[in-house]
Amino acid sequence: MATETNGAATEHAQGMPQLDFSTFPNQIFWLLVTLVVIYFVMSRVALPRIASVLAERHGAIQGDLDKAEQMKAKAVEAEAAYNKALVDARAEAQAIVEATRAEIQKDVDVAMAKADAEIAAKSAESEAAIKEIRDSAMSAIEEVANDTAEAIVAKVMPAAADKAAVKAAVSARLKG
Amino acid sequence: MAIESDAVEQELELAIHPMDQFLVKPLFGGSDIGMFTITNATLWLGITVLCAIALMVLGTRGRAIVPSRSQSIAEVIYVFIYKMVEDITGKDGLKYFPYIFSLFIFILVANVVGLLPASFTTTSHIAVTATLALIVFVAVTVLGFVKNGASFLSLFWVSAAPLALRPILALIEVISYFVRPVSHSIRLAGNMMAGHAVIKVFAGFAVVTFISPAAIGAIVAIYALETLVVCIQAYVFTILTCVYLKDALHPSH
Amino acid sequence: MAIEGDLAQMGAFLGAGLASVGMGGAAIGVGNVVGNYLSGALRNPAAAAGQTATMFIGIAFAEALGIFSFLVALLLMFAV
Repeated sequence: MATETNGAATEHAQGMPQLDFSTFPNQIFWLLVTLVVIYFVMSRVALPRIASVLAERHGAIQGDLDKAEQMKAKAVEAEAAYNKALVDARAEAQAIVEATRAEIQKDVDVAMAKADAEIAAKSAESEAAIKEIRDSAMSAIEEVANDTAEAIVAKVMPAAADKAAVKAAVSARLKG
Repeated sequence: MAIESDAVEQELELAIHPMDQFLVKPLFGGSDIGMFTITNATLWLGITVLCAIALMVLGTRGRAIVPSRSQSIAEVIYVFIYKMVEDITGKDGLKYFPYIFSLFIFILVANVVGLLPASFTTTSHIAVTATLALIVFVAVTVLGFVKNGASFLSLFWVSAAPLALRPILALIEVISYFVRPVSHSIRLAGNMMAGHAVIKVFAGFAVVTFISPAAIGAIVAIYALETLVVCIQAYVFTILTCVYLKDALHPSH
Repeated sequence: MAIEGDLAQMGAFLGAGLASVGMGGAAIGVGNVVGNYLSGALRNPAAAAGQTATMFIGIAFAEALGIFSFLVALLLMFAV
């Protein structure tokens, strides 16, 4: 046993090395050194650095998000403006159409009125002509009737030939 | 410890020394281990420090908005522990964040470094984990009394329980409070020790030709499991520290 | 003397083997914790994320007792 284990490398564990209390002070001492070193490196260098990087990234992302939000608002605004312009243009077109239509209507109305007046005048004129013709026809009828009546009266009873009486009787009969 | 000659022969054939890896040996000759002797434990503690610094300091030296790979690992660990401390202890626990973070990064890196073949796992030693657990225990107890004065003792006096039960419960609470550092330290050391010893046992079986493929497969499987376990144990140690800290800051809850 | 030593060692090893049974208890405990967490998480996935830490604390407590039995086994084998 002793000849085998004179070199430390070939030594085999007797029992549990974890319960070899002679190594405890050594391990605990070096562990404390390790912990102190790690604590100082972490708390002085690593953690503040990572915290600042994370904060920076958070800020950058927040900034980008804000910018995107602004862009989006701008886009919404532009869309609204476009829509408004579209509505305006449409309304204007509507107004123009309306105005043109009214103008045409006016022209049509004027022309219509003119035509109506012309037609009315023409019809009045022709009515007057008809009336005149009818009147002249009427007086011609009266004349003819008078003449006929006078002739009949003169033939039948020449003694009673009274021109005025015959005329009155004929006109009374014609109005009758 | 008398070793028979046939036992020596057996040892040559099937050399299973699962506990050898935990031996603390002086690095520069001699066999006495004094308080300041440089041992393999010292070496691996130093490697742990260097790896932690490489990860958290060198890895983040770019300070990039879009992080490099090492920087994003460091940031993930930072945010993970930050959230843990904030969630469990609340906002007023955040000023202890650097301590808890240092504890976590030490345990995590020591555990992972200990998984390297032929390495020495510092956290598999009761001396190391018990010191860590006692630091937490003493710090938390002192903090509890400083912050809350005598009302810290209300942690043991369960006011929700019936009056007759309270003394018994208080006794149980006190016992469980003092068992905390024991379970806290043994959990970590035991997990490390068990996993590494199991790997060594299978490695010993790999000498025998006809079972060596199975043994090597088992080593791979256990190694994968151990990779998971070392991270979870670092997490568990830290989260329990947070829970104890919460008890100290808000004993009534 | 030799027989006495062997007997003591045999007792220690037997005790260590019996102590290892405790690991089964820890396994059942951890399985319970995770299983119940998972069934709860599947019922209410929204609340699952917040309880992961609690699950790990539960696992840690369940597992600690298994580790104690492992420790007892090791102590019996190597320290007694």
